Amino acid sequence: MIWIYLLVIFALGAGAYVGGRELARRRAVGARPHSRPGQHGAYALIWVAVPALVVVILSGVFSGPLERQLIAVDTPDSVTALEPFRRQAFFADAQRVGHGQPALQIWERPLAEQLPIEARRMVSIERTLQWGSGLAALLAAILGGLFVSTQIRPKTRARNRVEGWIWGALFVCSVVAILTTVGIIASLAFDSFRFFEKVPVFDFLFGTKWSPQIAIRADQVGSSGAFGAVPLFAGTFLIMIIAMCVAAPIGLMSAIYLSEYAGRNTRSVIKPVLEILAGVPTVVYGFFAALTVGPALRVFFNEIGLFLMGGPLDGLGQYLALVQNQMALTAGAVMGIMLIPFVSSLSDDILNAVPQSLRDGSFAMGATKSETVKRVLLPAALPGIAGALLLAVSRAIGETMIVTMAAGLAANLTLNPLDTVTTVTVQIVTLLTGDQEFNSAKTLSAFGLGLTLFLVTLLLNIIAQRIVQTYREQYD
Amino acid sequence: MTDATPEQIGAAADARLERLRAGLKRRHARETRFKLYGRLAIGAAVVFLVILLARIVEQGHTAFYTHTVTVPVYLDPARVDRAYPQGTNFEQLAAEQQLARWGIQDDEVGSKAAQMRRLFSSELKFVAADLVAKRSDVIGETVPIAAPLSDDADLYLKGEISKETPEDQRRLSNQQIDWLERMQREGVVGSHFNTALFTNGDSTQPELAGVLGAVVGSALMLLVTALIAIPLGVGAAVWLEEFAPKNRWTDIIEVNINNLAAVPSIVYGLLGLALFINWMHLPRASPIVGGLVLALMALPTLIIATRSSLKAVPPSIREAALAMGASRTQTVFSHVLPLAMPGVMTGAIISMAHALGETAPLLLIGMVSFVPGVPHAIDEPVGALPSLIYIWENASERAFHERTAAAIMVLLAFMIVMNAAAIILRRRFERRW
Repeated sequence: MIWIYLLVIFALGAGAYVGGRELARRRAVGARPHSRPGQHGAYALIWVAVPALVVVILSGVFSGPLERQLIAVDTPDSVTALEPFRRQAFFADAQRVGHGQPALQIWERPLAEQLPIEARRMVSIERTLQWGSGLAALLAAILGGLFVSTQIRPKTRARNRVEGWIWGALFVCSVVAILTTVGIIASLAFDSFRFFEKVPVFDFLFGTKWSPQIAIRADQVGSSGAFGAVPLFAGTFLIMIIAMCVAAPIGLMSAIYLSEYAGRNTRSVIKPVLEILAGVPTVVYGFFAALTVGPALRVFFNEIGLFLMGGPLDGLGQYLALVQNQMALTAGAVMGIMLIPFVSSLSDDILNAVPQSLRDGSFAMGATKSETVKRVLLPAALPGIAGALLLAVSRAIGETMIVTMAAGLAANLTLNPLDTVTTVTVQIVTLLTGDQEFNSAKTLSAFGLGLTLFLVTLLLNIIAQRIVQTYREQYD
Repeated sequence: MTDATPEQIGAAADARLERLRAGLKRRHARETRFKLYGRLAIGAAVVFLVILLARIVEQGHTAFYTHTVTVPVYLDPARVDRAYPQGTNFEQLAAEQQLARWGIQDDEVGSKAAQMRRLFSSELKFVAADLVAKRSDVIGETVPIAAPLSDDADLYLKGEISKETPEDQRRLSNQQIDWLERMQREGVVGSHFNTALFTNGDSTQPELAGVLGAVVGSALMLLVTALIAIPLGVGAAVWLEEFAPKNRWTDIIEVNINNLAAVPSIVYGLLGLALFINWMHLPRASPIVGGLVLALMALPTLIIATRSSLKAVPPSIREAALAMGASRTQTVFSHVLPLAMPGVMTGAIISMAHALGETAPLLLIGMVSFVPGVPHAIDEPVGALPSLIYIWENASERAFHERTAAAIMVLLAFMIVMNAAAIILRRRFERRW
């Protein structure tokens, strides 16, 4: 349906463009017009298409709620008496029947008779709304057209007005970025607020027990659930640290090698390799972690464990022999691999921004390359590299797929890399992908976690970008 | 005051030289070591990439071929339901007749036929039912029916299930393996390219599951993303770079865009869930919701890429156009933007490729559920390629593992094509000023 509207509006707009152009040509006879006919045409197009588009978009946004309101007005008592979710199912079925599809459920006596009646009523309301919005759009286009036809005169500054519209449209485009931020904060804050009504903020941030399972019956054991997020923060932190232990040295050293040692040929081979590594989707890394790295590390530690068992380190051996696939080390190591190209390309940029004169000065004093790197370049680039590493930390904290596929679900409060831990992002995914009931603390806690995650990464990004910016300005 | 004898001076200089030489040796050794660390780091990155890709190919290459069995089936008029052929248990029929042909006596509960039946895919039933529905005259005759082997039988023939494993720990019994090998010896089992993988939608049965549904779902979603993100992103970048007054508000927008680019993708998923699904009641798991979420996610990177290619157009172009009497809008749209277009398109393609591989937000807007078949509308639930990989990776059937790796290869192939297109575009049209 929406496509027909858009097609009609497009046709009307095209007509308005041609009509406006001709009108401008005809009216320009004998006068010296300010704008060219085509610019008048564009002006006419705007005034015909924009009002109609606005009407279509508004009706698209509001027709759903309006339809629900209209249907609720005349709902028979037998339907109103139903529980909310049954009522929803009933209307969903009525809609299916109205569109000629079979109902999904079998309804009992009073409802079964109501179903076709309600179906017809729903379809007629739908039709009315569709026709209404279509006519309203057409009316808007006609009114716009009438207005613009009075405006097409030789003296009208059609070009400036069209340019004003374009300016406005471009401005709106860049406001979308702001709106996205507002949307993120609003949606996270709204649901988090509802969560914090049920669970105090203090308990959430400082509680050490995480078990979001809310029992179905009130008398079940452990029905309250526990929402202390400290184990999740600890798990996220642990995996992040492991990842940085892999990514920081490898990424930094490869950046140093690429920018200071490698020749043109080496660079042209290695750079694409790093770009491919950066372009691999995280779900692929997750698959790699779950089915390759996890089992490999487990076998490695189990073998060591079996070797140590019975010896002086028997306890350690016993522990190692039982290590699982989903240890923190698996997710952390693979996440580190994922971050190598990120760290490397950021550090590469930063090293390249260090002025050549510093290197030349150091070489002139007889320093070797490595001495120049260690004593001159790194100290000079330190703030920039710190910023790059902070950005990598923020990526590691927010990374989802690797940990979802390779880390566990058990919320252990531990800093042992061989234990299974869980992270903030894993819990968000788990809480929101299973069966969810609305408004339960369990579902809402995901938004509390999301808000925490957003704020922490935002803070890290702002600090990192500040640092990098100040560093860049220092050498500009 | 004592004068140093020449010998003393010479000895001191020698000692100093000696010290310097030793120091130099140490310094050079350190230099070599440092260089070696650099090489090792790069080597590690390359090795990781090679292992990653090699493991995926190793695990996935077997998914590209599969085994089909062709058995003659006597369509017994007593057991085939003419009116409703789908209701007939053709697998049972085929299994019993196969046993009868080999002269194997079944027990009264039919446990041998049940075992035999498990070697065939349930697709056999649909193949036979289709045949009966099309030509009802085949009833009462013996016709050859070709159907895939079941996933476990297929895995055994690919060597993924070993005979060495104890019988109670593998999914095929010794008897089933014997029968399978006998069928293979008789030449009724053939291996061929796994077309089902590319022509089917998702299925609960691994031997019938394919990626087409997910590919179409991803394509629909990417279409929505491109239609929203590219105009918005280019528009925003043009405004910020060419029109925006330099004041505090535009600074805020800039900082904001930089920060949005670094927001974790899962947060966009939460936004999509709260805003588009719970508040605007758009259909769950549909390409429209997925496309909107991915568009919002791709927007900041697209804006940043477009701005940098607009920045690369030298100011002299703008000045020349303005000097000829063009307005600012005309300058931008007739001169600056066309010149920046290769860079803009490259940025757009790369950000679309990135959106194609993004998974976390899709999980939150409901793309974790099983969606059979191939989608055809943007407001119905679909699967997407990355979420299919996630679903298959979690599946318990072992045959899904090789298919997961195969789906990853398909995803990577699409990404390679898109990135290659971007590189070619950049090579061919990029201008250095």
